[in-house]
Amino acid sequence: MRFGVLQFPGSCDEVDALQAARRVGDAELIWHAERDLGGADAIVVPGGFSYGDYLRAGAIARFSPAMESVIEFARDGGLVLGICNGFQVLCEARLLPGALLPNTNLRFIFRQVDLDVVAPDTPFTRALGGLTRLSIPAKHSWGRYYADDSTLDELERRGQVVLRYTSGHNFNGSLRDIAGVSNEAGNVFGLMPHPEHAVDALTGGSTDGLTIFQSMRLAVEEGVHV
Amino acid sequence: MRARVLIRPKAGILDPQGAAVERALPALGFAGVANVHVGRLVELDVEDSSQLQSMCERLLANPLVEDYEVQLLS
Repeated sequence: MRFGVLQFPGSCDEVDALQAARRVGDAELIWHAERDLGGADAIVVPGGFSYGDYLRAGAIARFSPAMESVIEFARDGGLVLGICNGFQVLCEARLLPGALLPNTNLRFIFRQVDLDVVAPDTPFTRALGGLTRLSIPAKHSWGRYYADDSTLDELERRGQVVLRYTSGHNFNGSLRDIAGVSNEAGNVFGLMPHPEHAVDALTGGSTDGLTIFQSMRLAVEEGVHV
Repeated sequence: MRARVLIRPKAGILDPQGAAVERALPALGFAGVANVHVGRLVELDVEDSSQLQSMCERLLANPLVEDYEVQLLS
């Protein structure tokens, strides 16, 4: 099992994502100018401020050579996880529905959040082992999930809402408390909180984040990647 | 050709920047201010102005959450 972790100018969480992935498999960084994904079984688009977040968060990273390859990889059924800025990039690339807007209070917030697991049987949640709530750090100023009402209804109906902020933890104003969504096929998933920071109880407040990476490994071993 | 692209949050989408400015102006003594929205301005020289709409759709604006308006200046 091999993870590829993208690295843009302005990424800052790619090394934590790499270390988290290496707890469950092999992992290598992929520089944004590369088109070759190095035979990765799954891709992580990490957090940070790709290309300085100029114009809109994720807007420019979406057109990088590596992302063009990731878009093809995703269309072929490959697993893609987007974390924070990576979630924004995947929305800008239209691999995921909706958009991320500035937090309602316009502030950068860094705090531990509780997340309710809405969909426990996706390629990104199947190794949760009965966990129904995750405790994971979040840190962003641009994390208010938005989609129009009919899209939100569709997402809920199709089971694409994977994680919601637990009551009282939706600090950014996300519609319907949505913290993480998948695409319709289920092989692309994005979330604003940072599972890669919650893989060691000493620094992450929990090890709940590791279950996301373990789920991806399990999914690849079970042959989700086509 | 010189062009100007005005980008605004779509109507109905919560615009906390606009709301913050709307609250700040009365605090400075400016009365009678309402419906403030904050957007972006992109000015550019283009050889082929027929490409502007595509530029807006693909990069300059996010049509899911923003409206844009193209003005040709010369």
